[in-house]
Amino acid sequence: MPNSLYIACIPLLPLVSFALLGLFGTRVFKNLSGLLATVLLVVSTILAIWVAYNYFFHFGQANGIYQRIIAGQVTWLRFSSELSIDMGLMLDPISCMMIVVVSFISLMVHIYSLSYMKGEERYPTYYAFLSLFTFSMLGLVLSSNMFQIYIFWELVGVSSYLLIGYYYDRPGAVKASQKAFIVTRFADLGFLIGILVLSFYSNTLDFNTLIERLTNPASPGLKTALASSFLGISAITWGSVLVFMGGAGKSAMFPLHIWLPDAMEGPTPVSALIHAATMVVAGVYLVARLFPVFSISAPASLDLVTFVGVLSALLAALIACTQTDIKRVLAYSTMSQIGFMMFSLGVARHGHEEQLGYSASMFHLFTHAFFKALLFLCAGIIIHLVHSNEMNDMGGIRKNLPVTHICFLIACLAISGIPPFAGFFSKEEILQASWQRNKVVFWIALTTSGITAFYMFRLYFKIFWHKPLGHQASHADTAEGDTMIRLPLVILAIGSLLTGFIPFGRFVSADGTPVHTDLNLIFSVGPVLVGLAGIFLARWLYLNKNDAPEKIKNGTRALYTAAYHKFYIDEIYVFITRRIIFNLVGKPAAWFDRNVVDGLVNTTGNTTQIVSKKIKGLQSGKVQEYAIYFLLGAGGLALLFIYGWK
Amino acid sequence: MHPGLNHLLFVSTSLFFIGVYGFFTRRNLVTILMSVELILNSVNLNFIAFNKYLWPHRLDGAFFTVFVIAIAAAEAAVAIAIIINLYRSHQSIDVEKAEELKY
Repeated sequence: MPNSLYIACIPLLPLVSFALLGLFGTRVFKNLSGLLATVLLVVSTILAIWVAYNYFFHFGQANGIYQRIIAGQVTWLRFSSELSIDMGLMLDPISCMMIVVVSFISLMVHIYSLSYMKGEERYPTYYAFLSLFTFSMLGLVLSSNMFQIYIFWELVGVSSYLLIGYYYDRPGAVKASQKAFIVTRFADLGFLIGILVLSFYSNTLDFNTLIERLTNPASPGLKTALASSFLGISAITWGSVLVFMGGAGKSAMFPLHIWLPDAMEGPTPVSALIHAATMVVAGVYLVARLFPVFSISAPASLDLVTFVGVLSALLAALIACTQTDIKRVLAYSTMSQIGFMMFSLGVARHGHEEQLGYSASMFHLFTHAFFKALLFLCAGIIIHLVHSNEMNDMGGIRKNLPVTHICFLIACLAISGIPPFAGFFSKEEILQASWQRNKVVFWIALTTSGITAFYMFRLYFKIFWHKPLGHQASHADTAEGDTMIRLPLVILAIGSLLTGFIPFGRFVSADGTPVHTDLNLIFSVGPVLVGLAGIFLARWLYLNKNDAPEKIKNGTRALYTAAYHKFYIDEIYVFITRRIIFNLVGKPAAWFDRNVVDGLVNTTGNTTQIVSKKIKGLQSGKVQEYAIYFLLGAGGLALLFIYGWK
Repeated sequence: MHPGLNHLLFVSTSLFFIGVYGFFTRRNLVTILMSVELILNSVNLNFIAFNKYLWPHRLDGAFFTVFVIAIAAAEAAVAIAIIINLYRSHQSIDVEKAEELKY
């Protein structure tokens, strides 16, 4: 087993680079700051891969079962002999997988940004924020303690806020960053209450102990938690649902997804790292982390997870078909794919036979990180060439950006689930898991994956075909940038091609035992055909300019308009907050604050002022006047004692 | 007629109020200091008178008188130091001109 120091270095190296760049970046490192952050992250990535390799192949297993190993722990805050907040490093299949994904994708984005963000005014700050994010995300996945994960959870929220608002002189970016922060913070309120509920009944914050106590039917904590109920739902289910609420906020699940599309105001590499590949899957990770509690003690909450996941996947896919801003399309596709991961977790249950969904979800998380990061990095180059996010300004640029074109195509095929690309394998597993558990979910998922293929290829054809070649006058060499930009694309494209062949179920499963994920070829035919149908529909509609899309748009006007306006969810939020909450709660509260709370304070102040104005003449500064008062006082007291004292 | 306790008390009371009057009406700090001495001495007289007429076999009153004289000496030293300092900063020892106490 590796020394825990090495494992601690994985998150701490980015922290070092954050501290260095944050303190001295603008004055000392300047243009070298990107290089510094990248070099430190390379070390961190190598360590992460090494640790994960050792975990999976050397020390992780005991009797053929992958263990949850605490590699190091420091007590940070002790409340009682049992309850303490620790800072620990937990190694288990999902955390090992996540450290590899996070550090690797982050490294790709670091390399990409070296030239993509070159010349930005706040270049060192950008890398400082990226490092902060990488540190917090790695800390989050390695957390061994419920409260530790919450601390890092908020830290990734802050770094996301900072990076969305990176262009702080654009009002849109500022608004988007605030929206993201407020919405996720609101969700985190639920998360915090959930932590308190779960830790109250298990009397611990430590993950291992908590899971052990809340899944063992004989433990007193679980008995009380199951017996005590609120609104007819047991306390443990409430706790799980509230924790899931936090996860749904971070993972942009319906109805807390509204921040994600707006978050695209940040720099594109940031969208690739935070709002596509890593941070937004933190919610999935959280549910997976507490999966034993969800599946054994609160299976009802998994139904909610399934429902929310399916709904988000379908809604987001429908909205994505109508959007024209390419980053927004990608954002909705992210939301849709995270929905897949969520409901895949939701259909999994405790027990060896029924845990396929868990492995499938983690597998999809893994492969999705590659192709979605790739899509965003490609989008960055495209936007750089066209100077617009709008799909309609693009078209026919496949010869301008040959490498990007191929990489984008690979990523699109991967996300559409076409063999042999990575997304095919993970999506197959998800579909299989939902087929076993719930046919309705399966059919919705199948439809959604068809829609996914359609809108991804709509994007692809509209960007690279649709208009005659050479539509954008630009030199191919300059447009695509230098090797530093192309290198991450190529690496990620290779990742999107090959990661599907990893026998994922062998390594990652809910109970640590290998899950058989033999591909059922007959089963795969349907989903692949649906995917191909989506692609050909997109090809027919968007390969060349024609009026078919307009006709369809007019034919389904109601649905189209609703989807175009994102099903009016933003408007509903505005209505609820501005009309109902502000008027019914905010205004009375403001009135109370202004008149009663402020009134009390002001009255006290005013009274003091009036009285002091009246009596301030007494203080003349003349010693003799003071002496007279003194004498009068003494005389008065003398009279009092002589005549008044009985 | 032998002077009795009442006579002495009358003298001491007069001295006391003369001192008080001087304390409030004079503007010169040295005169004020002198008025304070008058007040102190009226008290001394009281102590001695009561001691002599009421408890002639005891020395408490005399003891307190000596004590007050000692205090008065010390107080005079402090007061004169204050007066000198006041003179240095205001070029005057008029209490009306020293109004900084109100700040």
